[in-house]
Amino acid sequence: MLGKKVRLRAIFIFLVLISLTLVVYILFKSLEENVVYFLSPTEIHEKQEIDFDRKIRIGGMVKKNTIKHSNQSINFIITDFKNEIYVNYSGSIPNLFAEEKGVVAEGFLKDKSYFIADKILAKHDENYMPPEVNEALNKESTE
Amino acid sequence: MIFGELGYYSLIFSILFSILLFFFIYQDYFIKDNTVSTKVYSFCFLQFFTIIISFFSLVFSFLLSDFSIVSVFENSHSSKPIFYKFSGTWGNHEGSLLLWVMVLSSFLFLFLLNSKKNPKKYRLLTIFFQNILVVGFLIFIIKTSNPFEKLIPIPKEGLGLNPILQDPALAIHPPILYVGYVGSSIIFSSALASMIVNFVSKIWAQSIKIWVLISWIFLTLGITLGSIWAYYELGWGGFWFWDPVENVSLMPWFALTALLHSIIILAKRNIFQSWTIILSIITFTLSMNGTFLVRSGILNSVHTFANDPQRGIFILTFLIFLSLLSLVIFFAYQPQKKEDFFFNFTSKEMGIAINNWFMIFFLSAVLIGTIYPILLEVINGKKISVGPPYYNFILAPFLIPFLVIMTISTKVDWIRSNINQKKKELLFLLIFSFLFVLIINYYSQKISIINLLIFFSSLFLIFGLSKDFFDFFKNKKKINLSQTVSHFGFGLLILSIAICGIFSKETDVNLKVGESIKLHNYKLIFSDLSMKEDKNFKKIIGNFNLVDINGKTFHFSPELRIYNQPSIVTSEANIQTNFFKDKYIVMNNISGSDYYNIRFQEKPFMIWIWISSFLIGLGGFLSIVLKRNSID
Repeated sequence: MLGKKVRLRAIFIFLVLISLTLVVYILFKSLEENVVYFLSPTEIHEKQEIDFDRKIRIGGMVKKNTIKHSNQSINFIITDFKNEIYVNYSGSIPNLFAEEKGVVAEGFLKDKSYFIADKILAKHDENYMPPEVNEALNKESTE
Repeated sequence: MIFGELGYYSLIFSILFSILLFFFIYQDYFIKDNTVSTKVYSFCFLQFFTIIISFFSLVFSFLLSDFSIVSVFENSHSSKPIFYKFSGTWGNHEGSLLLWVMVLSSFLFLFLLNSKKNPKKYRLLTIFFQNILVVGFLIFIIKTSNPFEKLIPIPKEGLGLNPILQDPALAIHPPILYVGYVGSSIIFSSALASMIVNFVSKIWAQSIKIWVLISWIFLTLGITLGSIWAYYELGWGGFWFWDPVENVSLMPWFALTALLHSIIILAKRNIFQSWTIILSIITFTLSMNGTFLVRSGILNSVHTFANDPQRGIFILTFLIFLSLLSLVIFFAYQPQKKEDFFFNFTSKEMGIAINNWFMIFFLSAVLIGTIYPILLEVINGKKISVGPPYYNFILAPFLIPFLVIMTISTKVDWIRSNINQKKKELLFLLIFSFLFVLIINYYSQKISIINLLIFFSSLFLIFGLSKDFFDFFKNKKKINLSQTVSHFGFGLLILSIAICGIFSKETDVNLKVGESIKLHNYKLIFSDLSMKEDKNFKKIIGNFNLVDINGKTFHFSPELRIYNQPSIVTSEANIQTNFFKDKYIVMNNISGSDYYNIRFQEKPFMIWIWISSFLIGLGGFLSIVLKRNSID
């Protein structure tokens, strides 16, 4: 028979291992369910299967002369110069949101070219850009 | 001007003094007496003194708008109010690092002065490790981010400080946060030293506890200030966004809170030795990790002043070096003494052990949420973001048992206690909180079961501690006042966050001047716009009248501020606060149209979030003050 101390320690280690596995499992499970993917209009266009119930972010440039306002919402087109997505948004608009500037919108796709946004990410100043926008814009300039 | 040279050369001298300090520590280490040599004292002082001179030279360069210095040119402007010239000193990468190293060095010096009761070898080694940190950061500053770099030809005018940083809360946020971050460095150094000289004991814990408290109080305050600022200045009305830069300050807070609890056990019972050491190391590593992530430009945000891969690589190398060093010391110098691990299931020790488990869980959840997107991008190039849903999902359910256990463990004694005596009290609390939740549920529709349980558990804690306060004031019963205040604050914080989160209302509308709109139970009228010139910005003030159901009118005047240096438009929210709720209006212009985008929010219990955060910190403060008095 094992001594009482050894048995206690074994139980303790066992409990630790069980809870660790559980914690890691829960963490990754909830990550999987809750992460938001970032896509460009072209990526959406080329995607075969789209999960319309899943929140995504799209990034690109606000196309010139496309911003339209009403009391409740604002509409505009996000472009990466290859493909475009029509966006409908109601919510607060960051100070630096403007035509021909980078933008990131978060929300749900209705179909491949229509997006209902519930958040537009703010830029903090002229030099600051969400990394996604920066990348999307850089990609275009190099291609 | 002279301050640039003065600052630069005293920085060089401080490196020299610091290197000499290594030599004197080495020399003194082998002298068998119990006093640290005066040479060590003098060189610690010289290092501290030269860094102070250097820092204040930079402050004066900012105050005098000396644009021959690059960091002043890039971050200041002669028309800026003097307070923001001053705070502009640390509103940039170079200056903030100089502040960091100044705090590092002042902790070294303060430790030396306040540790006279401790063994000599332990003191010397602590200074030795702390000095490694100082030298590392000094070299980092000189090599990659010299705050006194010259600019030729000298520009007439500076570029100005980012306007959203021109704010009183944010002006003091960095120094306070840094005392918290860097305060953990002395805990780290002394943990390493105490392992080597086999000093990990009750006495060590008692002597280091004050440093843990100080860093913890400042970290708590620093995070709160940042959050208050985000609430009114970023114009979104949120106070916590689970943004990576916020997370990197929260992670050391979890570790430090765990440490604060485990060090109490070590000081009282002499158990949890290795665990306390591990927490000491983790806390500082996380603080460094935060600096690395923020400064390297991996996390892009308002905190990222300039992205330079060289800086990231330097900090990363230094961080890896320190981690390896502490690992080697940890395994090479395992304490020989047997720990007396005996304690009962219903004891304070158990409560604290459980607290530590939860803290580590919260910490891991936030850590994974923060670095997972970075790793994923490196591995397969996929871009993702992890936002509030993840954190709510993962943290909220675990808060419930956490709060319940917290309530119970404040009621039990050390080693073992007879829970039967307390059963009645706990049962009463249980029923009372449950009834309260039923009432809340009756008067409001559709609250999820998790949220109801969070209400329940936080009320359980609040009521439980209220009874302790009652005993203290009415019956003059002895209680641990500091602990009760902090825990009460924590219960109140969770409750206010829950209430605010669940019952907040927000609406966004686009309005033209003269238009009005019906919102919930209000009517919002956009009466007119007015203009005003201020020192370094122009402002457009929107005048709004909010009429409630009883015909009572509230006047709101949110602003748009147009800065010219640098030219940026910012929104200033107008918030009307009372003890029940905040009313919050912010407006933005929509480029190329007459519409203004207006966000109206009602946030119940908002002010209690701040009050409770300060209560948490106040508890720590009381702990220091009351301890001092009880010794006298």
